[in-house]
Amino acid sequence: MTTNPPSEAPFTLPAGDVERFAPVERAVHWWTAALVGMCAATAVALSVAPVASLVGRRALVRDVHVVSGLLIPLPLIVGIAGRWRAPLRQALRDLDRFDRVDRRWLRSLGRDRYAEPGKFHPGQKLNAAIVAGALVLVYATGLVLRWFEPFPIDVRRGATFVHDWVAFLLAIDLLAHIGKAFADPEALRAMRTGRASRRWAAVTHPRWRPPG
Amino acid sequence: MAGDEHLPARPEDSEVADDGAPLGRRALLGVVGLGALGLLFGPRLQDRLASSFRPVADLLPSGGRFRIYSVVGHLPRRSQAEWELRVDGLVDRPFTLTFDQLTAMTPTSLTRDFQCVTGWRVDDVAWRGVKVRDLLERAGVQPGAAALRFFSFDGAYTESLTLDQARRDDVLVVYSMEGSDVSRAHGGPVRLLVAPMYGYKSLKWLDRIEVTSEVVPGYWERRGYDVDAWVGGSNGRDDEPTV
Repeated sequence: MTTNPPSEAPFTLPAGDVERFAPVERAVHWWTAALVGMCAATAVALSVAPVASLVGRRALVRDVHVVSGLLIPLPLIVGIAGRWRAPLRQALRDLDRFDRVDRRWLRSLGRDRYAEPGKFHPGQKLNAAIVAGALVLVYATGLVLRWFEPFPIDVRRGATFVHDWVAFLLAIDLLAHIGKAFADPEALRAMRTGRASRRWAAVTHPRWRPPG
Repeated sequence: MAGDEHLPARPEDSEVADDGAPLGRRALLGVVGLGALGLLFGPRLQDRLASSFRPVADLLPSGGRFRIYSVVGHLPRRSQAEWELRVDGLVDRPFTLTFDQLTAMTPTSLTRDFQCVTGWRVDDVAWRGVKVRDLLERAGVQPGAAALRFFSFDGAYTESLTLDQARRDDVLVVYSMEGSDVSRAHGGPVRLLVAPMYGYKSLKWLDRIEVTSEVVPGYWERRGYDVDAWVGGSNGRDDEPTV
Protein backbone atom coordinates (compact mmCIF):
# COMPACT_ATOMS: atom_id res chain seq x y z
CA MET A 1 0.00 0.00 0.00
CA THR A 2 1.18 3.47 -0.84
CA THR A 3 1.21 6.22 1.75
CA ASN A 4 -0.57 8.64 -0.57
CA PRO A 5 -4.32 8.60 -0.48
CA PRO A 6 -5.64 7.14 -3.76
CA SER A 7 -7.31 10.34 -4.86
CA GLU A 8 -3.92 12.05 -5.09
CA ALA A 9 -2.32 9.39 -7.25
CA PRO A 10 -0.77 11.51 -10.00
CA PHE A 11 -1.95 10.03 -13.28
CA THR A 12 -5.27 8.31 -12.69
CA LEU A 13 -8.14 10.61 -13.55
CA PRO A 14 -11.60 9.62 -12.47
CA ALA A 15 -14.29 8.61 -14.97
CA GLY A 16 -17.93 9.63 -15.17
CA ASP A 17 -19.78 12.89 -14.55
CA VAL A 18 -20.22 15.14 -11.60
CA GLU A 19 -23.02 17.61 -10.88
CA ARG A 20 -21.67 21.14 -11.22
CA PHE A 21 -24.78 23.32 -11.40
CA ALA A 22 -28.20 22.62 -9.90
CA PRO A 23 -31.35 23.43 -11.92
CA VAL A 24 -31.95 26.63 -9.94
CA GLU A 25 -28.45 27.92 -10.71
CA ARG A 26 -28.87 27.21 -14.40
CA ALA A 27 -32.36 28.73 -14.52
CA VAL A 28 -31.13 31.95 -12.89
CA HIS A 29 -28.12 32.07 -15.21
CA TRP A 30 -30.07 31.57 -18.43
CA TRP A 31 -33.04 33.81 -17.58
CA THR A 32 -30.65 36.59 -16.56
CA ALA A 33 -28.63 35.99 -19.74
CA ALA A 34 -31.79 36.25 -21.85
CA LEU A 35 -32.81 39.57 -20.26
CA VAL A 36 -29.30 41.06 -20.46
CA GLY A 37 -29.08 39.84 -24.06
CA MET A 38 -32.40 41.53 -24.88
CA CYS A 39 -31.09 44.75 -23.30
CA ALA A 40 -27.88 44.52 -25.30
CA ALA A 41 -29.69 43.90 -28.59
CA THR A 42 -32.10 46.80 -28.07
CA ALA A 43 -29.21 49.01 -26.92
CA VAL A 44 -27.44 48.36 -30.22
CA ALA A 45 -30.66 49.15 -32.09
CA LEU A 46 -30.91 52.44 -30.20
CA SER A 47 -27.33 53.66 -30.39
CA VAL A 48 -25.44 52.19 -33.35
CA ALA A 49 -26.38 54.35 -36.32
CA PRO A 50 -26.50 51.77 -39.15
CA VAL A 51 -28.52 49.34 -37.01
CA ALA A 52 -30.75 52.13 -35.71
CA SER A 53 -31.63 53.14 -39.25
CA LEU A 54 -32.28 49.52 -40.22
CA VAL A 55 -34.50 48.73 -37.24
CA GLY A 56 -36.22 52.07 -36.65
CA ARG A 57 -39.30 51.95 -34.35
CA ARG A 58 -37.45 53.89 -31.64
CA ALA A 59 -40.34 54.18 -29.19
CA LEU A 60 -41.02 50.44 -29.25
CA VAL A 61 -37.35 49.47 -29.06
CA ARG A 62 -36.88 51.83 -26.13
CA ASP A 63 -39.83 50.27 -24.28
CA VAL A 64 -38.47 46.75 -24.82
CA HIS A 65 -35.07 47.94 -23.55
CA VAL A 66 -36.59 49.48 -20.42
CA VAL A 67 -38.85 46.52 -19.59
CA SER A 68 -36.21 43.83 -20.09
CA GLY A 69 -33.77 45.95 -18.08
CA LEU A 70 -36.22 46.35 -15.21
CA LEU A 71 -36.74 42.56 -15.11
CA ILE A 72 -33.03 41.66 -14.83
CA PRO A 73 -33.03 41.14 -11.03
CA LEU A 74 -36.19 39.02 -11.14
CA PRO A 75 -34.57 35.59 -11.85
CA LEU A 76 -32.15 36.07 -8.96
CA ILE A 77 -34.93 37.20 -6.62
CA VAL A 78 -37.15 34.23 -7.54
CA GLY A 79 -34.17 31.88 -7.26
CA ILE A 80 -33.27 33.07 -3.80
CA ALA A 81 -36.83 33.40 -2.47
CA GLY A 82 -38.08 29.86 -3.10
CA ARG A 83 -37.61 26.52 -1.35
CA TRP A 84 -35.14 25.66 -4.13
CA ARG A 85 -32.69 28.28 -2.93
CA ALA A 86 -30.01 26.15 -1.22
CA PRO A 87 -27.65 25.48 -4.18
CA LEU A 88 -27.94 29.09 -5.32
CA ARG A 89 -27.08 30.46 -1.89
CA GLN A 90 -24.12 28.12 -1.77
CA ALA A 91 -22.95 29.32 -5.19
CA LEU A 92 -23.22 32.98 -4.17
CA ARG A 93 -21.28 32.17 -1.02
CA ASP A 94 -18.59 30.33 -3.01
CA LEU A 95 -18.29 33.25 -5.40
CA ASP A 96 -18.00 35.75 -2.56
CA ARG A 97 -15.35 33.93 -0.54
CA PHE A 98 -11.67 33.93 -1.47
CA ASP A 99 -9.73 31.42 0.64
CA ARG A 100 -6.00 31.46 1.32
CA VAL A 101 -5.04 29.97 -2.03
CA ASP A 102 -7.37 32.27 -3.95
CA ARG A 103 -5.85 35.25 -2.16
CA ARG A 104 -2.37 34.01 -3.02
CA TRP A 105 -3.47 33.89 -6.66
CA LEU A 106 -4.76 37.47 -6.37
CA ARG A 107 -1.55 38.71 -4.72
CA SER A 108 0.52 37.13 -7.49
CA LEU A 109 -1.74 38.93 -9.99
CA GLY A 110 -2.67 35.58 -11.47
CA ARG A 111 0.90 34.42 -12.04
CA ASP A 112 1.07 31.83 -9.25
CA ARG A 113 0.33 28.65 -11.19
CA TYR A 114 0.39 26.54 -8.05
CA ALA A 115 -2.57 28.43 -6.61
CA GLU A 116 -5.09 25.96 -7.97
CA PRO A 117 -8.76 26.84 -8.24
CA GLY A 118 -11.55 25.30 -6.22
CA LYS A 119 -15.10 25.03 -7.57
CA PHE A 120 -14.65 28.52 -9.05
CA HIS A 121 -11.42 29.99 -10.31
CA PRO A 122 -10.53 33.15 -8.34
CA GLY A 123 -10.57 35.06 -11.62
CA GLN A 124 -14.11 33.82 -12.21
CA LYS A 125 -15.09 35.01 -8.74
CA LEU A 126 -13.56 38.42 -9.30
CA ASN A 127 -15.27 38.72 -12.66
CA ALA A 128 -18.61 37.69 -11.15
CA ALA A 129 -18.27 40.48 -8.58
CA ILE A 130 -17.34 43.04 -11.24
CA VAL A 131 -20.24 42.01 -13.50
CA ALA A 132 -22.64 42.19 -10.55
CA GLY A 133 -21.36 45.67 -9.69
CA ALA A 134 -21.68 46.75 -13.32
CA LEU A 135 -25.26 45.47 -13.45
CA VAL A 136 -26.10 47.45 -10.30
CA LEU A 137 -24.68 50.55 -11.99
CA VAL A 138 -26.51 50.21 -15.32
CA TYR A 139 -29.70 49.40 -13.41
CA ALA A 140 -29.50 52.43 -11.11
CA THR A 141 -28.45 54.85 -13.84
CA GLY A 142 -31.08 53.36 -16.16
CA LEU A 143 -33.74 54.23 -13.59
CA VAL A 144 -32.44 57.82 -13.52
CA LEU A 145 -32.53 58.03 -17.33
CA ARG A 146 -36.07 56.64 -17.55
CA TRP A 147 -37.57 58.61 -14.65
CA PHE A 148 -35.43 61.73 -14.86
CA GLU A 149 -37.82 64.44 -13.65
CA PRO A 150 -36.76 64.55 -9.96
CA PHE A 151 -33.03 64.60 -10.75
CA PRO A 152 -30.89 67.71 -11.32
CA ILE A 153 -29.20 68.09 -14.70
CA ASP A 154 -25.73 67.18 -13.41
CA VAL A 155 -27.03 63.88 -12.08
CA ARG A 156 -28.77 63.12 -15.38
CA ARG A 157 -25.63 63.86 -17.37
CA GLY A 158 -23.52 61.79 -14.97
CA ALA A 159 -26.02 58.94 -15.19
CA THR A 160 -25.91 59.05 -19.00
CA PHE A 161 -22.11 58.91 -18.91
CA VAL A 162 -22.00 56.01 -16.45
CA HIS A 163 -24.81 54.09 -18.18
CA ASP A 164 -23.15 54.32 -21.61
CA TRP A 165 -19.63 53.50 -20.52
CA VAL A 166 -20.45 50.74 -18.03
CA ALA A 167 -22.75 49.08 -20.56
CA PHE A 168 -20.02 49.33 -23.20
CA LEU A 169 -17.38 47.74 -20.92
CA LEU A 170 -19.91 45.17 -19.69
CA ALA A 171 -20.60 44.15 -23.30
CA ILE A 172 -16.88 43.53 -23.87
CA ASP A 173 -16.73 41.48 -20.66
CA LEU A 174 -19.76 39.41 -21.66
CA LEU A 175 -18.41 38.77 -25.16
CA ALA A 176 -15.20 37.48 -23.55
CA HIS A 177 -17.34 35.36 -21.20
CA ILE A 178 -19.17 33.81 -24.16
CA GLY A 179 -15.87 33.32 -25.99
CA LYS A 180 -14.38 31.48 -23.02
CA ALA A 181 -17.47 29.29 -22.74
CA PHE A 182 -17.12 28.18 -26.36
CA ALA A 183 -13.38 27.67 -25.88
CA ASP A 184 -14.11 25.23 -23.03
CA PRO A 185 -16.99 22.97 -24.18
CA GLU A 186 -17.06 21.09 -20.89
CA ALA A 187 -17.64 24.31 -18.95
CA LEU A 188 -20.43 25.19 -21.36
CA ARG A 189 -21.95 21.73 -20.98
CA ALA A 190 -21.92 22.20 -17.22
CA MET A 191 -24.02 25.37 -17.53
CA ARG A 192 -26.25 23.77 -20.18
CA THR A 193 -26.92 20.38 -18.59
CA GLY A 194 -25.63 20.81 -15.05
CA ARG A 195 -23.07 18.03 -15.47
CA ALA A 196 -19.36 17.99 -16.25
CA SER A 197 -16.88 15.14 -16.46
CA ARG A 198 -14.95 14.27 -13.31
CA ARG A 199 -11.87 14.32 -15.44
CA TRP A 200 -12.46 17.96 -16.44
CA ALA A 201 -13.27 18.89 -12.85
CA ALA A 202 -10.05 17.30 -11.59
CA VAL A 203 -7.93 19.10 -14.18
CA THR A 204 -9.49 22.58 -14.22
CA HIS A 205 -10.80 22.79 -10.66
CA PRO A 206 -8.40 20.56 -8.72
CA ARG A 207 -9.32 21.84 -5.25
CA TRP A 208 -13.05 21.35 -5.83
CA ARG A 209 -14.36 18.36 -3.94
CA PRO A 210 -17.70 17.68 -5.58
CA PRO A 211 -20.18 15.60 -3.63
CA GLY A 212 -20.24 11.89 -4.43
CA MET B 1 9.76 21.23 2.16
CA ALA B 2 12.69 21.41 -0.27
CA GLY B 3 12.77 18.45 -2.60
CA ASP B 4 9.16 17.54 -2.03
CA GLU B 5 7.77 16.80 -5.48
CA HIS B 6 4.18 16.75 -4.42
CA LEU B 7 1.82 19.68 -4.51
CA PRO B 8 0.84 21.65 -2.55
CA ALA B 9 4.30 23.13 -2.24
CA ARG B 10 3.66 25.79 0.38
CA PRO B 11 2.73 25.21 3.99
CA GLU B 12 -0.39 27.34 3.87
CA ASP B 13 -1.83 25.15 1.14
CA SER B 14 -1.74 22.08 3.28
CA GLU B 15 -3.93 23.61 5.95
CA VAL B 16 -7.57 22.76 5.83
CA ALA B 17 -9.21 25.22 3.42
CA ASP B 18 -10.29 28.22 5.46
CA ASP B 19 -13.67 29.88 5.20
CA GLY B 20 -12.23 32.61 3.04
CA ALA B 21 -12.52 36.36 3.08
CA PRO B 22 -15.62 37.96 1.56
CA LEU B 23 -13.66 39.77 -1.15
CA GLY B 24 -16.35 39.29 -3.77
CA ARG B 25 -18.80 41.67 -2.15
CA ARG B 26 -16.00 44.18 -1.58
CA ALA B 27 -15.10 44.07 -5.27
CA LEU B 28 -18.80 44.55 -6.12
CA LEU B 29 -19.04 47.57 -3.82
CA GLY B 30 -15.79 48.89 -5.25
CA VAL B 31 -17.21 48.80 -8.76
CA VAL B 32 -20.37 50.56 -7.58
CA GLY B 33 -18.20 53.19 -5.85
CA LEU B 34 -16.22 53.76 -9.03
CA GLY B 35 -19.51 54.20 -10.86
CA ALA B 36 -20.62 56.81 -8.32
CA LEU B 37 -17.38 58.73 -8.93
CA GLY B 38 -18.04 58.43 -12.65
CA LEU B 39 -21.50 59.88 -12.11
CA LEU B 40 -20.01 62.90 -10.34
CA PHE B 41 -16.99 63.55 -12.55
CA GLY B 42 -17.78 61.66 -15.75
CA PRO B 43 -19.42 64.45 -17.74
CA ARG B 44 -16.34 66.64 -17.20
CA LEU B 45 -14.17 63.77 -18.44
CA GLN B 46 -16.40 63.17 -21.42
CA ASP B 47 -15.11 66.06 -23.51
CA ARG B 48 -11.50 65.15 -22.90
CA LEU B 49 -12.27 61.50 -23.67
CA ALA B 50 -14.04 62.51 -26.85
CA SER B 51 -11.00 64.40 -28.12
CA SER B 52 -8.42 61.78 -27.18
CA PHE B 53 -10.50 58.94 -28.63
CA ARG B 54 -11.38 60.83 -31.80
CA PRO B 55 -9.76 58.28 -34.16
CA VAL B 56 -12.02 55.50 -32.88
CA ALA B 57 -14.85 57.72 -31.68
CA ASP B 58 -17.44 55.97 -33.84
CA LEU B 59 -16.90 52.75 -31.90
CA LEU B 60 -17.25 54.31 -28.46
CA PRO B 61 -20.28 55.49 -26.48
CA SER B 62 -21.36 59.06 -27.19
CA GLY B 63 -18.75 59.41 -29.90
CA GLY B 64 -18.82 60.09 -33.57
CA ARG B 65 -21.22 62.23 -35.49
CA PHE B 66 -24.86 61.80 -36.31
CA ARG B 67 -26.83 58.93 -34.95
CA ILE B 68 -29.63 57.95 -37.28
CA TYR B 69 -33.06 57.67 -35.69
CA SER B 70 -36.21 56.51 -37.41
CA VAL B 71 -39.57 56.16 -35.71
CA VAL B 72 -40.91 53.62 -38.19
CA GLY B 73 -39.50 50.22 -39.12
CA HIS B 74 -37.67 51.37 -42.20
CA LEU B 75 -36.01 54.39 -43.74
CA PRO B 76 -38.60 56.07 -45.97
CA ARG B 77 -37.55 56.41 -49.60
CA ARG B 78 -38.63 59.08 -52.06
CA SER B 79 -36.60 60.36 -54.98
CA GLN B 80 -36.25 64.05 -55.78
CA ALA B 81 -38.42 63.49 -58.86
CA GLU B 82 -41.21 61.85 -56.86
CA TRP B 83 -41.02 64.32 -54.01
CA GLU B 84 -43.58 67.12 -53.51
CA LEU B 85 -44.25 69.56 -50.70
CA ARG B 86 -47.84 70.49 -49.87
CA VAL B 87 -48.48 73.74 -47.96
CA ASP B 88 -52.09 74.05 -46.81
CA GLY B 89 -54.36 74.66 -43.81
CA LEU B 90 -55.28 78.21 -42.78
CA VAL B 91 -53.77 79.87 -45.87
CA ASP B 92 -55.21 81.90 -48.75
CA ARG B 93 -53.36 80.05 -51.52
CA PRO B 94 -52.56 76.40 -50.72
CA PHE B 95 -49.92 75.09 -53.12
CA THR B 96 -47.73 72.13 -54.00
CA LEU B 97 -44.02 72.45 -54.83
CA THR B 98 -41.79 70.08 -56.75
CA PHE B 99 -38.14 69.63 -55.80
CA ASP B 100 -37.02 71.82 -58.72
CA GLN B 101 -39.49 74.56 -57.79
CA LEU B 102 -38.20 74.49 -54.20
CA THR B 103 -34.54 74.80 -55.23
CA ALA B 104 -35.45 77.65 -57.58
CA MET B 105 -36.56 79.77 -54.60
CA THR B 106 -34.19 82.17 -52.82
CA PRO B 107 -31.68 79.95 -51.00
CA THR B 108 -30.37 80.44 -47.47
CA SER B 109 -27.13 78.86 -46.26
CA LEU B 110 -26.52 78.25 -42.60
CA THR B 111 -23.80 76.58 -40.55
CA ARG B 112 -24.79 75.57 -37.04
CA ASP B 113 -24.03 72.88 -34.46
CA PHE B 114 -26.64 70.13 -34.39
CA GLN B 115 -27.59 69.10 -30.84
CA CYS B 116 -29.63 66.00 -30.01
CA VAL B 117 -31.71 65.88 -26.85
CA THR B 118 -30.04 62.53 -26.01
CA GLY B 119 -26.69 64.27 -25.66
CA TRP B 120 -24.71 64.00 -28.87
CA ARG B 121 -23.73 67.10 -30.81
CA VAL B 122 -22.25 67.56 -34.25
CA ASP B 123 -20.20 70.74 -34.71
CA ASP B 124 -20.59 73.06 -37.70
CA VAL B 125 -23.03 71.35 -40.01
CA ALA B 126 -23.56 73.25 -43.27
CA TRP B 127 -27.20 73.39 -44.45
CA ARG B 128 -28.85 74.99 -47.48
CA GLY B 129 -32.53 75.47 -48.06
CA VAL B 130 -35.47 77.85 -48.18
CA LYS B 131 -36.82 79.84 -45.24
CA VAL B 132 -40.16 78.55 -43.96
CA ARG B 133 -41.11 82.23 -43.74
CA ASP B 134 -40.83 82.54 -47.54
CA LEU B 135 -43.14 79.56 -48.04
CA LEU B 136 -45.65 81.09 -45.62
CA GLU B 137 -45.59 84.41 -47.48
CA ARG B 138 -46.21 82.60 -50.74
CA ALA B 139 -49.23 80.80 -49.24
CA GLY B 140 -50.65 83.82 -47.41
CA VAL B 141 -51.32 83.05 -43.74
CA GLN B 142 -54.92 83.76 -42.70
CA PRO B 143 -55.87 85.61 -39.52
CA GLY B 144 -56.51 83.13 -36.72
CA ALA B 145 -53.52 81.02 -37.69
CA ALA B 146 -51.06 80.54 -34.84
CA ALA B 147 -48.99 77.46 -35.52
CA LEU B 148 -47.60 74.99 -38.05
CA ARG B 149 -47.74 71.23 -38.31
CA PHE B 150 -45.06 69.39 -40.22
CA PHE B 151 -45.66 65.92 -41.65
CA SER B 152 -43.16 63.27 -42.69
CA PHE B 153 -43.83 60.85 -45.55
CA ASP B 154 -42.78 58.03 -43.21
CA GLY B 155 -46.42 58.22 -42.10
CA ALA B 156 -45.74 58.64 -38.38
CA TYR B 157 -43.36 61.50 -37.62
CA THR B 158 -44.95 64.90 -37.06
CA GLU B 159 -43.67 68.15 -35.56
CA SER B 160 -44.98 71.57 -34.61
CA LEU B 161 -43.83 75.17 -34.35
CA THR B 162 -45.58 78.40 -33.43
CA LEU B 163 -45.88 80.92 -36.27
CA ASP B 164 -43.31 83.19 -34.58
CA GLN B 165 -40.83 80.33 -34.27
CA ALA B 166 -41.36 79.27 -37.86
CA ARG B 167 -40.69 82.79 -39.16
CA ARG B 168 -37.15 82.88 -37.72
CA ASP B 169 -34.21 83.22 -40.12
CA ASP B 170 -32.73 79.93 -38.88
CA VAL B 171 -35.77 77.76 -39.61
CA LEU B 172 -35.38 76.22 -43.07
CA VAL B 173 -36.79 73.64 -45.42
CA VAL B 174 -33.46 72.02 -46.29
CA TYR B 175 -32.43 70.23 -49.50
CA SER B 176 -28.64 70.28 -49.08
CA MET B 177 -26.40 69.22 -46.21
CA GLU B 178 -22.60 69.41 -45.99
CA GLY B 179 -22.46 70.41 -49.65
CA SER B 180 -24.45 67.53 -51.11
CA ASP B 181 -28.01 66.23 -51.30
CA VAL B 182 -29.67 65.37 -48.01
CA SER B 183 -29.28 61.58 -47.84
CA ARG B 184 -32.16 59.24 -47.16
CA ALA B 185 -30.81 58.44 -43.67
CA HIS B 186 -30.64 62.14 -42.83
CA GLY B 187 -34.23 62.74 -43.92
CA GLY B 188 -33.82 63.38 -47.64
CA PRO B 189 -34.65 64.49 -50.17
CA VAL B 190 -36.03 67.37 -48.11
CA ARG B 191 -36.17 67.88 -44.35
CA LEU B 192 -36.86 70.62 -41.86
CA LEU B 193 -34.06 72.38 -39.96
CA VAL B 194 -35.01 74.19 -36.75
CA ALA B 195 -31.46 75.26 -35.92
CA PRO B 196 -32.01 76.75 -32.42
CA MET B 197 -33.92 73.70 -31.14
CA TYR B 198 -33.08 70.10 -30.31
CA GLY B 199 -32.75 67.71 -33.24
CA TYR B 200 -36.14 66.06 -32.89
CA LYS B 201 -37.80 69.34 -33.98
CA SER B 202 -35.95 69.15 -37.32
CA LEU B 203 -38.41 66.75 -38.89
CA LYS B 204 -37.03 64.37 -41.48
CA TRP B 205 -38.64 63.27 -44.79
CA LEU B 206 -40.83 66.41 -44.91
CA ASP B 207 -43.73 66.40 -47.39
CA ARG B 208 -46.46 68.60 -45.90
CA ILE B 209 -46.78 71.80 -43.89
CA GLU B 210 -50.20 72.62 -42.45
CA VAL B 211 -51.01 76.01 -40.94
CA THR B 212 -53.18 75.53 -37.84
CA SER B 213 -54.97 77.61 -35.22
CA GLU B 214 -53.03 76.07 -32.33
CA VAL B 215 -49.92 74.00 -31.62
CA VAL B 216 -50.54 70.28 -32.07
CA PRO B 217 -47.77 68.41 -30.22
CA GLY B 218 -45.66 66.21 -32.50
CA TYR B 219 -44.49 62.60 -32.31
CA TRP B 220 -41.77 62.98 -29.66
CA GLU B 221 -43.69 65.66 -27.76
CA ARG B 222 -46.54 63.21 -27.20
CA ARG B 223 -43.86 60.94 -25.72
CA GLY B 224 -42.71 63.41 -23.09
CA TYR B 225 -40.33 65.80 -24.84
CA ASP B 226 -40.81 69.58 -24.65
CA VAL B 227 -42.83 71.35 -27.36
CA ASP B 228 -40.64 74.46 -27.18
CA ALA B 229 -37.33 72.69 -27.55
CA TRP B 230 -34.69 75.48 -27.35
CA VAL B 231 -31.21 73.99 -27.10
CA GLY B 232 -29.98 74.61 -23.56
CA GLY B 233 -33.35 75.91 -22.39
CA SER B 234 -35.64 72.89 -22.41
CA ASN B 235 -35.93 69.19 -21.65
CA GLY B 236 -33.98 69.77 -18.42
CA ARG B 237 -30.71 70.14 -20.32
CA ASP B 238 -28.01 72.82 -20.17
CA ASP B 239 -26.29 72.40 -23.54
CA GLU B 240 -24.67 75.41 -25.16
CA PRO B 241 -27.27 77.05 -27.44
CA THR B 242 -27.01 76.45 -31.20
CA VAL B 243 -28.07 79.91 -32.40
